[in-house]
Amino acid sequence: MSAEKLHVVTLMVNGQPRSAAVPARTSLVDFLRDTLGLTGTHVGCEHGICGACSVMLDGEPVRSCLMYAVQADACAITTVEGLSQPDGTPGVLQDAFCETHGMQCGYCTPGMLISAHALLQTNLNPTEADIRDAIGGNLCRCTGYVQIVAAVKLAAEKLRATGGAK
Amino acid sequence: MSNSKFRYIGQHRRTKEDPRFVTGRGRYVADIVVPGMKHVALVASPHASARIKAIHADRALAMDGVHYVLTGAELVAATEALMVGVDTPLVKRYPLAHEVVRYAGEWVAAVVADTRALAEDAAERVEVEYETLPCLLDPEAALNPDAHLVHPAHGSNVLYRRKFVWGAVEEDFAAAAQTLSFRCRWARSATVPIETFGVTARWDPAQQLLDVWASIQMPKYPDQIARTLRLPGNAVRVHFDVDVGGSYGVKRGIKHTVLVGYLARKLGMPIRFIEDRLENMRGGDMHGPDRIFDMQVAFENDGTIRALKIRALDDVGAYAGRSPLQLGKPVGAIVGPYQIHSVEYEPISVLTNKTAQEAVRGFGQAPTNFAIESAIDRVARHLNMDRVALRRHNLIRKDQFPYLIPSGTTYDSGDYHTVLDKAMAAADYPALVAARDAARAAGKLAGIGIATCLEPSGGNSSFEPLFNPKNLTTTWMDSCLVRVDLSGAITGVMNTSTSGQGHETLVSTVVGEILERDPADIRVVHADSLNALPSNSPVGSRMAIMLGSAAAGAAKIIKANLMAIAAHNLKCPLDDLVYRDGHVSVKAEPSRVMDWDALIEIAHRRIHQMPPGLEPGLQAKFVFEVPTGGGLPTADGRVQMYPCYSFEAHVVLVEIDPATGQPTLTRYAIGHDCGTMISPQIVHGMTWGGIAHGIGAALYEKFAFSENGQLASQTFMDYLMPSAMEVPSVDIVDHCTPSPLTVFGQKGSGEAGYLGAPAAIACAINDALAPSGHALDELPMTPMAIWSTLQSAGSMK
Amino acid sequence: MKSAAFEYQRVTSVAQACALLAEHGADAKLIAGGQSLVPMMAMRLARPAVLIDIGRIADLQGITVCDEGVRIGATTRQAHVQADALVQRELPLLIQAMRWVGHVQTRNRGTLGGSIVHADPSAEIPLVAAVLEATLELQDANGSSELSAAEFFYAPMVTAIAPDQCLVAVRFPVWRDAHVGSAFDEISIRHGDFALASACAQVALDAAGVVTRCVVGVGGAAPIPQALPEVAAQLVGQSANATNLDALAAAAAAALDPEGDLHASAEYRRHLAQVLLGRVLRAACEKAKA
Ligand code: FES
Ligand code: FES
Repeated sequence: MSAEKLHVVTLMVNGQPRSAAVPARTSLVDFLRDTLGLTGTHVGCEHGICGACSVMLDGEPVRSCLMYAVQADACAITTVEGLSQPDGTPGVLQDAFCETHGMQCGYCTPGMLISAHALLQTNLNPTEADIRDAIGGNLCRCTGYVQIVAAVKLAAEKLRATGGAK
Repeated sequence: MSNSKFRYIGQHRRTKEDPRFVTGRGRYVADIVVPGMKHVALVASPHASARIKAIHADRALAMDGVHYVLTGAELVAATEALMVGVDTPLVKRYPLAHEVVRYAGEWVAAVVADTRALAEDAAERVEVEYETLPCLLDPEAALNPDAHLVHPAHGSNVLYRRKFVWGAVEEDFAAAAQTLSFRCRWARSATVPIETFGVTARWDPAQQLLDVWASIQMPKYPDQIARTLRLPGNAVRVHFDVDVGGSYGVKRGIKHTVLVGYLARKLGMPIRFIEDRLENMRGGDMHGPDRIFDMQVAFENDGTIRALKIRALDDVGAYAGRSPLQLGKPVGAIVGPYQIHSVEYEPISVLTNKTAQEAVRGFGQAPTNFAIESAIDRVARHLNMDRVALRRHNLIRKDQFPYLIPSGTTYDSGDYHTVLDKAMAAADYPALVAARDAARAAGKLAGIGIATCLEPSGGNSSFEPLFNPKNLTTTWMDSCLVRVDLSGAITGVMNTSTSGQGHETLVSTVVGEILERDPADIRVVHADSLNALPSNSPVGSRMAIMLGSAAAGAAKIIKANLMAIAAHNLKCPLDDLVYRDGHVSVKAEPSRVMDWDALIEIAHRRIHQMPPGLEPGLQAKFVFEVPTGGGLPTADGRVQMYPCYSFEAHVVLVEIDPATGQPTLTRYAIGHDCGTMISPQIVHGMTWGGIAHGIGAALYEKFAFSENGQLASQTFMDYLMPSAMEVPSVDIVDHCTPSPLTVFGQKGSGEAGYLGAPAAIACAINDALAPSGHALDELPMTPMAIWSTLQSAGSMK
Repeated sequence: MKSAAFEYQRVTSVAQACALLAEHGADAKLIAGGQSLVPMMAMRLARPAVLIDIGRIADLQGITVCDEGVRIGATTRQAHVQADALVQRELPLLIQAMRWVGHVQTRNRGTLGGSIVHADPSAEIPLVAAVLEATLELQDANGSSELSAAEFFYAPMVTAIAPDQCLVAVRFPVWRDAHVGSAFDEISIRHGDFALASACAQVALDAAGVVTRCVVGVGGAAPIPQALPEVAAQLVGQSANATNLDALAAAAAAALDPEGDLHASAEYRRHLAQVLLGRVLRAACEKAKA
């Protein structure tokens, strides 16, 4: 290995404290995937367009290919893995995606879930336009988005009924 | 639409695959970590056409953590050239350029290092000396005798050219009341999955075995890797249990895998190469058809289309894999859904100094449909006839099936008029016309597009012998193994990887249907290639037909075996027994029953209770041959291409801001008939996705090249794929005309939507432009292209 | 697509940032949101030796009232600007522009100042800054200085900021006139893409509907986010009727010299600029009347 300087990055990921030393140039998505082994978050373009790498950073959706892991030091991250129930089964939103078949290959899905999750955190009554706007920065090549929009609507309905619990 | 004939087929049921994807537990190639693996980055050519004078790798090799720099010279000596779909042995292609680079972005050297970042650092330090050569970018110019030759040894830039004449074309043209001709152009675009191609390979010297994990959708992939690496076929083990992040045709990856497989063996290290987006767009060799159509149509004054002449010039870029064959598949639907008496078809496949072309959803059919539908609209406009009426007049009627088209294919079944009617009703056509006219009256441009298109399905490979007489391929089988274990649980084994088509759901649904067991409890696994039965992978809209039929065939054997065990033990003739939910009882005496568990117990443990001749255990394989397959082309190039023909009718309303040229799709409906739908949610999803992809091809996406051959749209900032903000919601109306050729009446749907959407949208835009007296015949129809057309029409405000 | 190696320094004060900039000069780059810089670094089109992270300097964040209007810290996230009540009340033009800026994910990271110093000629925030004649507060190791946005933009991605300077805040003037209207419009191929062309305007009218004050500009149709003060000056004293506005838009667009690219020729951009200028001037006047 080369002698690139390592920086210790310590953060909360899905409620767990995690820490590792990586070169400064390690992107947050590479850190999550390669260093922490959380491969649910995907890489589609590495230049900030496709949204496959979306994660929640301190409660807001961001593109994890557009920041370095060192920049996220001491932050709280939620990845798609963190949207599941504690036993690893799908949460309400994830379950809604299964119900409407809001995916095909599943590659964009983690990013879509994060964007939808972010929307539902502030708006449990989204219109179709709200949903399309919220996922407008996430490209999907499989679905044509129809079943994704339907999934988010369904999840909103279920969350309204249960008062927003995951 | 629930189909009461079936218990599980056609019902709304959750898919087997989705739960792992929503929880982040998919297992894609980039998720697979092989201990000790090293990473590849590529040195790409900055020139579209140049001679490589020297490659200096010393500075790269001197870096810490850098293991190797591989160049074309070494690879060419150690491997076979990659396969070409047509008979052009001197168009040689290897994973790395050798002596000459033929497009900008072509891979010149591969660097192996401890991390991908280091490999990229080292790739920057590989110095390549080039001497630039003339560069050929225009496919028409490629035909000139004095054109720069992309592969001088081949002696020409033409990979394939033949003029097929099917029927009395000249006579029909001479006899027809009218003819018209025009040119239209389908731009180079592709499916561009969000996951790039990736592959990891590990060589085990003790076992002499190459393990491969790849993001793959490629027929005969393991065989090609082995052949090219000069290994026996059983020295390559491809793991098909890797989730593929979208493909829609393009994840072929032979060159990538040969490169990585070679390095893994040479260096004795597991090697991973995951394309980054630049490598993918420029050098991943996944661009789709790039086609100029010269169309001639002969027709009568009542709108009857008599004959077509089609010249299709396809620019496949600098190398050929299977790409020239994308001109071959449309032979099987060369008249679309219409009764057209005779056809002349001249496919021409040429080389240029551009990124190589690969198979893209529809394998050449979507461009052809676009050209045919453009012709139909032009005839209507010329005759001042309603476009719907003209289509209805020419569509093959329900009572005419099976219907033999001039190029030798028989369409299995269809009810095109009804599907078109359903689409028109779903779109509320009169209201659509009123909306269009109101928009026009308000000073907007507005147009309605109609397209009625076919999706040939059941992927056969008849275009191979058609385009290459040395290739005598007449089978394109697929298989399934079904196993019931001692606990009574059912497992289906499929033999290829999946890129979003839901094959596990397909197999479990079909097996559950036959065995009357809940598909939710059936597990479906992907064998590796050394354990696999024959498969030709999920190409050509074939898996519902091919894998579905194979799974059904295997399940039927299991069922027959259970019946035989029951008959033997109940001492009853088979005909007196009834099978229900996995239990077998005597028809006349329902209390005499052997349940599932008892039958399984006998099959696995009690040979003394087995009927003679039945093997113990409970498993069955079924290899399914493509229905209607097996024939070679006639001398005049007639052949049965695919077996089953799905149909789609699109109705779309587009509004264009006359001041900016910006189009908006304001209403979209599609009528779709793919026979019996096994999983309606999956079919609908693929149809919606296909339409979105078609919207991209029609309005947004193009691999554009600069004057010196640089790929101008090499990132997602410039290659524009539609988002949820651009793709409207689309109404799908189903219709079911079962195929007489398949077990459940199913046809294919993997290319649904995409095969007609570009045609429909192009027709809508031209309807919007029609009052200005001008037409736009080139995709993508961008705001600027529309605006420029309006400028030339002089109708801009 | 991995960035070249760099040295990373997180600083906690502007002074620290400036000291590092003074030390490393053009080899160093500031990063806060990184939404423009990181893709360029990933493609190795930018390769600073030293990356100075100013994303956590509290002094650089926040939105406050100032003499001429509203002061926004340079590293205030775009999403925060968009959601801020003060900005919503006082800077309607900036709010109108924000809906065209990227996507929610990039607005959550991207900063107001980052967009301005990146100086993409088709970006929205620099255009609003130029048109509203915002004041840019700069700092370097030797002290503070100020520049008008009108003097800031030189060429595509080139500004007056020196390699050792840090943008600290942007002060946007707020108009207190009785009847003010503003409008932002743009054409992009897809939602969230950079504009093929954009335009914005803000006008004040007197009770008789005569323009008393006007600012206007275009993006994507000139090498810089282009304020058009001459055009604005011609409108002042005129009544805000459509004919005037269209004639002005036509004359203004004719004077532009846009660059063509893959997605839009120079001619098309000029045309879009004209269309959009007409639209925003009309819309701004309508709103001022309302
Ligand atoms: S991978 Fe981050 S936006 Fe595409
Ligand atoms: S599900 Fe495949 S890209 Fe969205």
